[in-house]
Amino acid sequence: MIRTDSFDPLDPRIDLGDWIEDAIRWFVRTFSIIFDGLQAVLEGAFDAVDTVLEAPHFLIMITLFAALAWTVRSWKLAVFTVIGFYVIASVDQWSEAMYTLAMVLVAAGIAVLISVPVGIWAAKSTSVSNAVRPILDFMQTMPPLVYLVPAIVAFGVGVTGGIVATIVFAMPPGVRFTELAIRQVDSEVVEAGQAFGSTPRRILRQIQLPLAMPTIMAGINQVIMLALSMVVLTAFIGAHGLGREVRSSLTRVDLALGVEGGLAIVILAIYLDRVVAALADRAPVVRASRVRD
Amino acid sequence: MFGRRAEQAVRRLKEGASREEVAKLGATAAVIDASFEVQPGEIFVVMGLSGSGKSTLIRMLNGLWPATDGHVFVDGIDIANISDSELRRVRKQKISMVFQHFALLPHRTVLENAAYALDIQGVDKTERRAKAGEALEMVGLAGWEDKFPVQLSGGMKQRVGLARALAAGSDIMLMDEAFSALDPLIKREMQDQLVQLQSSLNKTIVFITHDLNEAMRLGDRIAVMRDGRIVQIGTAEEVLNDPANDYVAQFVADVDRTRVLTASSVMEPAQYTVNANAGPREAQHAMREKQMTAAFAVGRRDNKLHGVVYDKEVVSAVKRGDTTLESIIDANVASVHQDAYLVDLFAPAAESQLPLAVIDDEKRLVGVVPRVTLLNAMASIADVVHSAEAASVASESPPPGQPADGPGTHDTVDPMGARTVAEQLAVQDAAEVERDQN
Repeated sequence: MIRTDSFDPLDPRIDLGDWIEDAIRWFVRTFSIIFDGLQAVLEGAFDAVDTVLEAPHFLIMITLFAALAWTVRSWKLAVFTVIGFYVIASVDQWSEAMYTLAMVLVAAGIAVLISVPVGIWAAKSTSVSNAVRPILDFMQTMPPLVYLVPAIVAFGVGVTGGIVATIVFAMPPGVRFTELAIRQVDSEVVEAGQAFGSTPRRILRQIQLPLAMPTIMAGINQVIMLALSMVVLTAFIGAHGLGREVRSSLTRVDLALGVEGGLAIVILAIYLDRVVAALADRAPVVRASRVRD
Repeated sequence: MFGRRAEQAVRRLKEGASREEVAKLGATAAVIDASFEVQPGEIFVVMGLSGSGKSTLIRMLNGLWPATDGHVFVDGIDIANISDSELRRVRKQKISMVFQHFALLPHRTVLENAAYALDIQGVDKTERRAKAGEALEMVGLAGWEDKFPVQLSGGMKQRVGLARALAAGSDIMLMDEAFSALDPLIKREMQDQLVQLQSSLNKTIVFITHDLNEAMRLGDRIAVMRDGRIVQIGTAEEVLNDPANDYVAQFVADVDRTRVLTASSVMEPAQYTVNANAGPREAQHAMREKQMTAAFAVGRRDNKLHGVVYDKEVVSAVKRGDTTLESIIDANVASVHQDAYLVDLFAPAAESQLPLAVIDDEKRLVGVVPRVTLLNAMASIADVVHSAEAASVASESPPPGQPADGPGTHDTVDPMGARTVAEQLAVQDAAEVERDQN
């Protein structure tokens, strides 16, 4: 970093980027134990999920995916699943698709585990809500590629940095939807819980969460979709999967490869979206509202 | 008290500031002065228009909204000054609540909803299902246990709300505009059901409403609220016949008195009576003295109504030398119970030549309602409306002789504004009555 001895107001130059870089590097060096631990945990989690998805024969996995689709939604989705995933396998993207799916599942899972409790907290406390909101705005407006730089500083090239960047990028809708969902629960029903002597924790579990569940699920759906789009970008810091296929198609101007990789991503996205939406429809509140004699 | 600087606002109010003055501090004084006691087993109705603070008031009674200042005693426990866990215990054991929009859990069945309070109380599953089932049966929802709230009509949903409160087993029930969201016919039905349930359960009920007719129909006592203050507490008849101030007077001007006042409140002493146990000679003497053509024959000791005797027949009985009146007493006499509403008096009054006999549970004659009295009671409704209008036209300030209604309200009395509200209510009520009659 070059230190300027005098600040010239007519030709201003603040070394803001340098300062932040210094800060981040200092942070990573100082807390290297934490980052190493994080790396080990995330990599372990990813390897486990990836192994489960990639190890079996692709036909077995297709059957399992289709069975899940049938259970939560309909035979139509099961048919789409079979065709879609078979197409992925036949364009030779199976292993890449499973790698990407594993990253999405790990990143989105952790993002949900963090964002839903934060959302609940923000719904309960206005000051938390006020503190969280600008951070979320910042996270959402920052171009996604920018997240990759600190990730590479902290975790080096590889899948872990990609997962962390994805978690950060995918979290905001989880927080926002959860906060909104809890706040929107009919205040009279919450009052009913209080009036009969229920504790706040029990009101959350028995009233607020069940009634907020459809909206929270919509938020989780958003988290997963954002995670998928981010996971593709993490190819730029050395993660594999469909993203790498797309990236190499870009560098090599390989249109065929680009189409195949892109198509696989779209199929994955549709599948994940429909399954999560179906899960949201199975929330007790939604099911009870559909009951007719 | 809501909003910022609540403590300061309370201090200002105690010094005599008005609601508007403290509003400038950024604080909303929802309830300012509401002191009352509710007796065990009574239905206490708090009535007021929206914004009068009645919803805040009822939420202070179980601590849903903490009072900024003052005390709320439930069985000697000051709700306004206890810890959260103690407050929860009081709510579990002593107070239940029924909500305007039912506040049922949509993802639970009717039975589970009715058992909710028991679930919170930690009652085990079989017992709470049994108790909730009983409560549902009480409100007439047996057979609906496994339905979801979405399958129920508004009235039925509120019955589930009622069953939930009943199943809780607490002595005190708070009802926040419980029937206001229901359409008029269902509302009426629910009111009747509540009165009927109350006669066997004897709960202590605080009922909030903006509907004066509902207040009159349900309330053992009624508190009228305005701008966060209770301006009058009394029975329906007291509020009607002796309004504490102009505001109450205009409010009640629109009440259908015939559905509130009972025969006993308008009846007059029975003058034309003869002793049913004595002979015709004594009857003839009494009738000649008071120049009556007909008289009620009542027992001398028990004052029981035996029937009517007519002068001609008394005279012929005397001629025949009868020793008792028995043979000439016409038992077919138009009588009404003392608790009958005026509205139910018109038909018998129209058919009967004599004044209506008013009797109690033991068939004792307690008074009579001549037709002219009935008409007079009706006419006084017009009087109230008329005098209220005259007052508002004559001057901007309340007429002299009005009871003081606390500092700070005089400058806010707006007879024109109040009347518009009252007129709106009148239109609503008229429509409701019309529907009821059809």
